[in-house]
Amino acid sequence: MPIHEKSLIRPENIISHENLEIDGIDVSGHWSTFIKPRVVTDYNEDTEEEIAALPGGEFIHRCWQCGSCTNSCTVNALDPEFNPRYWIYLARLGMEDELLRDKDRIWQCVSCNKCTYSCPRDVNPEGVMKAMSHWLELKGHTPTSPSMQFDEEFSGQVFETGRIEEGRIIRGFFKRTGQNLMQDWLVELVKRLIRGLPVKLLMTMGLANIFRPRTRGWGPAREAIEEYVAERKMADRKALGLDEPGIAEQESEQ
Amino acid sequence: MSEADGKYRRVAYYPGCALEGSGHAYDRSTKALGKELGLDLVEVENWNCCGAMEVKNIDPKLQTYLSSRVMSIAASEMGFDTVMAPCNGCYHNLKKAEHDLAEDPATVAVVERLSEKAGHETYKAGDIETIHALDWIREAIGEDGIRERVKNTLSGLKIANYYGCMYTRPRHIFPEKDQGPNSESTYEPHFMDDLLRAAGAEIVDYPLKTACCGGAHTLSDCDTSTKLVLNLLEAAEACGADVIATECPTCHSGLEMHQIRAETRYGRKTGVKMLYFTQLLGLALGIRPRKLGIHENVSDSRALLKEKGLA
Ligand code: SF4
Ligand code: SF4
Repeated sequence: MPIHEKSLIRPENIISHENLEIDGIDVSGHWSTFIKPRVVTDYNEDTEEEIAALPGGEFIHRCWQCGSCTNSCTVNALDPEFNPRYWIYLARLGMEDELLRDKDRIWQCVSCNKCTYSCPRDVNPEGVMKAMSHWLELKGHTPTSPSMQFDEEFSGQVFETGRIEEGRIIRGFFKRTGQNLMQDWLVELVKRLIRGLPVKLLMTMGLANIFRPRTRGWGPAREAIEEYVAERKMADRKALGLDEPGIAEQESEQ
Repeated sequence: MSEADGKYRRVAYYPGCALEGSGHAYDRSTKALGKELGLDLVEVENWNCCGAMEVKNIDPKLQTYLSSRVMSIAASEMGFDTVMAPCNGCYHNLKKAEHDLAEDPATVAVVERLSEKAGHETYKAGDIETIHALDWIREAIGEDGIRERVKNTLSGLKIANYYGCMYTRPRHIFPEKDQGPNSESTYEPHFMDDLLRAAGAEIVDYPLKTACCGGAHTLSDCDTSTKLVLNLLEAAEACGADVIATECPTCHSGLEMHQIRAETRYGRKTGVKMLYFTQLLGLALGIRPRKLGIHENVSDSRALLKEKGLA
């Protein structure tokens, strides 16, 4: 097995001795720092396949670890621990425990597609990030991320009426995530918006609530979509070896 | 001149959800520009959301279906072969749908099934060419055409052009780009630069043209978006820009929103103004600012435009 990089150089994997003599040579201090040898036995051979079964993850097997994705990544520039190449590596080796250390970061991918643009192997790393986020949530390793909550709010409105209305999305999302709408910066934003055109604000934030924009004759499309989404969800759960959503889980989603 | 062959002089117009809300000024200025230039925009009848990033995250094939319905109506019900989408998100999704329907049989199967159940023609790859508002103006009018029509030159206005992510990435959904001279570049896009330069503006060298504004998480991960936007704004100012020209409603409102958030939350105030490229071209062609929705922009550029003799 190739070396598994970061996991070798965390504090708990390092041994150092105040005083150490090896073969009669004093190697105290700097020279006495060693990385613990480690044999990986707790890998899960199904991890890669499970992620590949979720939308976006299909081509994870193509990765040859060149690192172009991480090198070009928008979020990596803000947070060096955000490392798509490394996560793909761990997923392919089935090192779930290592992957789970970063479970609260993966959803932060902003879908800029810089990785997909620079990937020489057509892995679609952006899609893999989404598949990994889904995988973490489906497996119960993370709660539904704010990003997923937003996607669900947004998509729910599209499925229902064919279109979205932004004010409704914002209110729906803040409600879902238990946030207060009266945030200083949002209030300031609204103030500056009103300065421009109060009528527009009324239209988008108020009237659209009563006259919701909708696509005419959307009913059959809505039914077809809902049926498809339900099938897709079942297929995803099946691929991950999960049962149908139980009552407890449905309740916890409320 | 390209006017002679009439390319893109009459196209199906797909505004998308954002242009009915926060991107209203983009819709107004696009229509005003079309009217001024004698270009017909025929709105796609009874359109639906393209699926945006959010439906793609739920299921990419479902997003492809939603985008395909828009193209299906334009082609089968309205007889058009070109759809113009000014929003980068819509433009990207229609392009992506076109690519996936040409390349991926599994996607075709899902789209066929959903279209049939929804009761409309299944869209067939190749029936529609999707273009951006930038392609539209550039092809139908061109830089020379703009130059001839300028009434108020933008000279003295320093502009950084911001294209964002969805206009160029990933490369494979834009087969017409990177085809040498005269085509758009995915690495260093220049269509907006060319048009605004033709209108007299001074284009600054802006290295973050295709950097990300964090639009996908503009509300779900505000701090990340604010950092990304602040970087874009401060870099534009460092390049000497008065204005960031935009060509996407989501980028535009993201820049405006997080400019305010950076100020209220982090005390980082920036003065650069955001204007849609359609607003800037409209001003150069002598269209009244009100008709271009300049007063609707949250980042208030009126004092600057007055100072430059443009409003
Ligand atoms: S799409 Fe996500 S993983 Fe890829 S470069 Fe952008 S932020 Fe990074
Ligand atoms: S750029 Fe592609 S091949 Fe290279 S490490 Fe990233 S996913 Fe793997």
